Amino acid sequence: MSDFQAAIQTEGLTKRFGGIIAVDGIDLAIREGEVFALLGPNGAGKTTFISMLCTLVKPSSGTARVAGHDIVSQSLAVRKNIGIVFQEPSVDDLLSGRENLQLHSMLYGVPRREIHGRIDAMLAIVGLSDRADGLVRTYSGGMRRRLEIARGLIHEPRILFLDEPTLGLDPASRRAVWGYLRDLRKRAGTTIILTTHYMEEADSLSERVAIIDHGRIRELGTPDELKRKVGGDVVLLKGDVGPEAFAGLEFVKEAVREDGSLRLTVADASRHLKALIDRCPVIEEVQVRRVTLEDVFLKFTGRQIRDEDGGADTIFQRIAVSRNTR
Amino acid sequence: MSSMLADLNAVYALFLREIKVYFREKERMIAIMVSPLLFLFVVGRGLAGHSPVPGYNYQQFIFPGILCMVILFTSITYGLYIIWDKRLDFLKEVLVAPISRSTLFLGKALGGMVGGTMEAFILLILGAAIILPLGPLKIAGALLLAALFSFLLVNIGLGIGARMNSMEGFGLVMSFLTWPMFFFGGALFDLTQAGKWLRLAAYLDPFTYCVDLMRWMLLGWSVLPAGLDLAAVLFFCAATAVWGIISFGGLQQTR
Ligand SMILES: Nc1ncnc2c1ncn2[C@@H]1O[C@H](COP(=O)(O)OP(=O)(O)OP(=O)(O)O)[C@@H](O)[C@H]1O
Ligand SMILES: [Mg+2]
Repeated sequence: MSDFQAAIQTEGLTKRFGGIIAVDGIDLAIREGEVFALLGPNGAGKTTFISMLCTLVKPSSGTARVAGHDIVSQSLAVRKNIGIVFQEPSVDDLLSGRENLQLHSMLYGVPRREIHGRIDAMLAIVGLSDRADGLVRTYSGGMRRRLEIARGLIHEPRILFLDEPTLGLDPASRRAVWGYLRDLRKRAGTTIILTTHYMEEADSLSERVAIIDHGRIRELGTPDELKRKVGGDVVLLKGDVGPEAFAGLEFVKEAVREDGSLRLTVADASRHLKALIDRCPVIEEVQVRRVTLEDVFLKFTGRQIRDEDGGADTIFQRIAVSRNTR
Repeated sequence: MSSMLADLNAVYALFLREIKVYFREKERMIAIMVSPLLFLFVVGRGLAGHSPVPGYNYQQFIFPGILCMVILFTSITYGLYIIWDKRLDFLKEVLVAPISRSTLFLGKALGGMVGGTMEAFILLILGAAIILPLGPLKIAGALLLAALFSFLLVNIGLGIGARMNSMEGFGLVMSFLTWPMFFFGGALFDLTQAGKWLRLAAYLDPFTYCVDLMRWMLLGWSVLPAGLDLAAVLFFCAATAVWGIISFGGLQQTR
């Protein structure tokens, strides 16, 4: 084993697809045992970034080391240290759930004596024990997803990539997966890199978050650090009021219209709430809340999720699309 | 590449997968038997050409060639299926596994070999019953050859499939490679009576040696010495395997 501190280290990692720059010179170091989340709008380059680290896509320029091995010249060594749950479904339809896990375990060199026990344990965790012997073809979308997760985890890799792992899972399954990931990290010190569009997931699981847009890292830090960068609390006002009403108030960092209400970013909102309300002629509803990662996301990637990328229902559309590809 | 060695456990795992899938896809198995049966009964009996082998009629003369035809079509089709795997996402799972491309190739090739051999077995039993009486020894020998030919032809299919990106190419390969390989291979005629150019084409075609060797096994008659046929087949097996592994080296997920 070569000695290294970083589980993942990238330098100027870049991928071009024709004219599109999907990943644009990313420099990043992820510590061993860290849980790291990549957030970004659709098309930001998250999947491409992960695919390069998994040796599935060759970088156009730049280098990266995963578990101390170069992703281009030592791809097999890299692959021995990683596990991945893909964004797109990749379980084998023509096999049963159990057979998928068996094939995977054998390909990843899980000791023969352990395979059986591990499969049963994993199936129980993702709640598929009773359907394990049915063909994957007959599974629902969420069941496939859960099988996919079980498969990525079963060989207990040192570094685990999860590309929108809980996409399409019901809340209970999602929580079960989160619980297992936390446990895995604690027990085995697994380094986990995940992408997600669920801010709650990133917030509750990860130690550091990178916000990525147009192939570049816009912001990087712990969830708390990033929230602090937004600079205050969020006040939502509903009523006949526009941003101009708050001109000149130095504690109002930002005021924008959003879905028929006004969204203010206010330093120390509890102290200034009265001053704010005094400025509103007519007001129907006031909401004050702490900054969430979602606010951070919106601040650093532009107000709305960009039009060409689809609206808020994109995630659900994508589930539908990915199911229809078979 | 850091390793050209194949990992036997992984080869076995992949092989197992291919076999399971093969036995679950019965439609494919049946569809592929149609044209060989047409050849045997329409061309073999209907057109009833001349048989150069004393003691055997034309239908019996073409039987070994048709047997090889089944292997040819099954194997090339199987190999080209990798294009389909590439388009569905599950090839990613195998590409990201810690196995070398030669391991992946071998697993697939050996899996395909079983498919080709199985189809040959079905036709052999059918043929032994109604066309050409065969003892168990001959059947066993023919199966061994079938496995060898299947490996060779699957290699070709996989190698081409790995380099192609769309299923549209499937028809092209069938028309411009598989059918010519079959026709030039001398399955339906006696090579010694063929013109110079046809003979030249035949000797460049790996399938020719398969047909000739199978004829030697089943009818005790061949154009070339059986040892030479066998040497040629083994050579083509090795060459196509190396070529296939190289093709797999460039294998990437396509969208
Ligand atoms: N194989 C490919 N060929 C051409 N362009 C590609 C390919 N893969 C990705 N892209 C482009 O690269 C950019 C980044 O795509 P990527 O899939 O990495 O985004 P993402 O951040 O994972 O998005 P999402 O949240 O929708 O999953 C997009 O503009 C996409 O169109
Ligand atoms: Mg993605």
